[in-house]
This record gives sequence, structure tokens and C-alpha cells, in this order.
Amino acid sequence: MVESIFPLALRNASVKRKGKVLVGPIDLELGSNAATAIIGPNGAGKTSLLRLMHGLERCDSGSVQWAIPDEEARKRQSFVFQTPIIMRRTVLECIAYPLAIRGAGKGASRNLAAEWGERVGLKDVLRDQAAVLSGGEKQKLALARALVTAPEVLFLDEPCANLDGRATREIEGILSDAVSAGTRIVMATHDMGQARRISNEVLFLYKGRLHEIERTELFFPSPRTSEAAAFLRGDILE
Amino acid sequence: MNELLSGFIEAGRLIVSLDADLAEITLRSLHVTLTAVFFASAIGLPVGGLLAVTRFRWRRHVIAVVNALMGLPPVVVGLVVYILFSRAGPFGVLGLLFTPTAMIIAQIIIVTPLVVSISHQAIRELWAEYHDLLISMNASKRQRIATLIYDGRRALLTASLAGFGRAIGEVGAIMIVGGNIDHATRVLTTAIALETSKGNFPLALGLGFVLIGLAVGVNFAIHNILRTERASLW
Repeated sequence: MVESIFPLALRNASVKRKGKVLVGPIDLELGSNAATAIIGPNGAGKTSLLRLMHGLERCDSGSVQWAIPDEEARKRQSFVFQTPIIMRRTVLECIAYPLAIRGAGKGASRNLAAEWGERVGLKDVLRDQAAVLSGGEKQKLALARALVTAPEVLFLDEPCANLDGRATREIEGILSDAVSAGTRIVMATHDMGQARRISNEVLFLYKGRLHEIERTELFFPSPRTSEAAAFLRGDILE
Repeated sequence: MNELLSGFIEAGRLIVSLDADLAEITLRSLHVTLTAVFFASAIGLPVGGLLAVTRFRWRRHVIAVVNALMGLPPVVVGLVVYILFSRAGPFGVLGLLFTPTAMIIAQIIIVTPLVVSISHQAIRELWAEYHDLLISMNASKRQRIATLIYDGRRALLTASLAGFGRAIGEVGAIMIVGGNIDHATRVLTTAIALETSKGNFPLALGLGFVLIGLAVGVNFAIHNILRTERASLW
């Protein structure tokens, strides 16, 4: 049996840039719970925290530790960026790319990529250049590319920012399917409705600090901190 | 003006009459230049990629030196290659002086810095775009460079074509190491220099127009083969 990469433990972890603390110090342990939403006002450190967990940012202090060696853990996670990074290839080649990186055969990669392209609703544009896709299609492509390797954990940074309601619903459908298939989701979002719909755990960040970690069904009706309560009311937090 | 017109007419006559000497030196020009550009690209594109994705202590200095080498004087390159391959030189035993191979070596030295510098610039911009994605996917350094070269291939074509442009019109170095020997190392540029020195301006101009046509033709052919500047392609 394959050893789980969870829990993910952050111990006194912080990220600084030009002397300014972007996030931290944070102590946190994430288990193999299904879906976590990271919420908070702009500049709270949501993206930095996601990037820190995924290894795109280095700790300036403290540590980020998976249950298995870091190199192995990196292979079992994916990241979807707020603005999809679209490679200069066809849609099919973009989705197959992570498989090629892992040494999968070309035929098998293309078959699996085509399957994922179809699954996310890109069947008709698989042979098109990825750059000509619409915003929603690009985000679906990014999701398919992230999920094609069957990651144990998927980090998402505002996956539905700038998308309309229909595209958001489609993306959320794909995410729900991924969760059902056993992928752990950690997602930064500004959309409280989305956090309610998808997550079963909420991390509330404010000024780079973790103010609250709570089950979704408890957090929204009765946040424990005044900052979280103000944020949910729609107050402007300084 | 009359000489220019005569040059046009001479170029037309040479092409229409399928002049054997013209065909020979044109093919040799193509052979020497394309071979040099092939090797310069094979060396220069990965080096440009490596410079773009790798951080090391003297990186900025190396980039500055490579950029400076773009202006390497061909005559000096020719002289150095001549000394290296002359009978008394360290590679004299190879007997390559006054052969197309020596001309190719000189052109590789001239063209490679150009390819490195332009490809570094193109790949650096693509790397800024792809950085987070490739790091996130745990791509190795080799995979990153290969990906950037593949995805930037149309931009990198500019690097190779710039190299081709410099090499096809080069005369100083190949004159020194090739010797402009008839039926052996004579190419279009050295033939033009020879005819000019003989005062045969119409023929020199005619060869010049053929040279320009060749450069344009090769660029056009490569753009067509690689399908650049078409809808939804880079």
C-alpha cells in the first residue's frame, strides 16, 4: 500500500519578501480531509500560504513537512494558478505534458490526456492551440492538466476568479468529481459561496496570520474571531 | 545606375543560363552556411536556455561577454582559425586549412554567440512565463530547457535565421581560412570580392543579387516549413 503524503505540518512557518512578512508565522497540520478553503481579505497571505505548502515559496523561518520525503511528495501534488499558465501547444499536448515529464509513453499520455480533455468538456478543441481558448476553457485545461496525474492533493489559487456563473459551476463540478475520486483539495477563494459548496474545512487568514481553522458548517454560521465575523459580514478590514 | 542595371541583367543571365560555376559556388555557400548554422544552433540554443534558467555566480558577466562576442570581428576569427589550423598550428595535422570544413569552423565561431544571445533573450521571457508551472510540475533542469526550446521554437527560429544572415554574407574569415580557391572553397561572397577586385562590377553585382535572393529564399522556405506567422501559431 502506498504511504499517504499526509499530514502536512507547518511549524512556525513564514514567508518574507523584502523584509515584509507575507504570511506567518503559522502552525498548522492538514490531514487527508477532503477539501479546505483558505479565505481572507486581499493581502491576507492566501496565495503565499498555498505556494508555501506546495513548495513554490521557501520558508524564511520554520518548516513545512510532508509525511513522506519532500521529493516524493512533490510528485503527488498539483497546482492550479489563478491565471492559468498556458503553454504554446495544442490543448491535448498541454494536458499530456505532466505525463511526459514523468516519463509516460507518448501514446498512453495522449490517450489519458484525451480522456481528461473530454471529461472537462474540451473534447472539441483538443487539437486547437491552447492560447485561443476562452478564459473558462483555459481554466478547465489547467484543471485537466493538474488532475491527469491523479494527484493526492490539488492546490488551487482562486480557480474561478473572473469566470461567469456557468463556467464556475462547471469548474466546481470537476472539483467535486476530483474530491470524490480521492483527491485532497486546498483552495484559496474569495467566493464564500464556493467555499461553502466545496470545502468541509475553512482556514481564515488575516494579515498573514491564521486566525481560525474550523469545519465549514460551523465556521460560516458562527465564526469564533471578531475578524472572521467582520469579514463574513462584508465589513472592510483594515 | 547603369552598373546596377547591368548587375540585374547579369544576375538574370547567370540564373537563366543555369551557369555551372554559379550553381557550384551557390551550393557551396549554402553547404558551408547551413552546416555552420546547424552546429551553432545545436550549441547555442541549449546554452541560451541554460543561461536563462540557471543562476550562478558569474552569470551576468557571462551574458555580457556573450553579448560582446556578437560583434566578434570575422577577420580576427579567420586569423585565429588560420593559425590554429596552419601546418605549424596545434590542429595543423588535420589538414583542414583551405577546405570548406575550416570555413564552417570559422563561421560556427562567429555565429554561435549570436545564437546564444538571441536565444537567451527569447527563452528568458518564456521562462518568466513558465517558471511557476515547470517548478510546480517538478520538471528537471534538462526538461525545463527542452520545454522552453520546444515551446519557444518559433522565436528561436529568429536566432538561427539571424545566424544564417550573418554567416551567408560573411567574407573576411572564410576568405582567410578558405583561400577562395576555384572549385574548392570559392563561395558567393568571396567570388564577389574577387570580381570586384578585378573590376568586373556587373558580374560582382549579379552574384550579389543572387546572394540576396538566396538569403531571402532560405528565410522564406524556413518560415513556410515551420508555418510561422499563421493564425493561432507562434
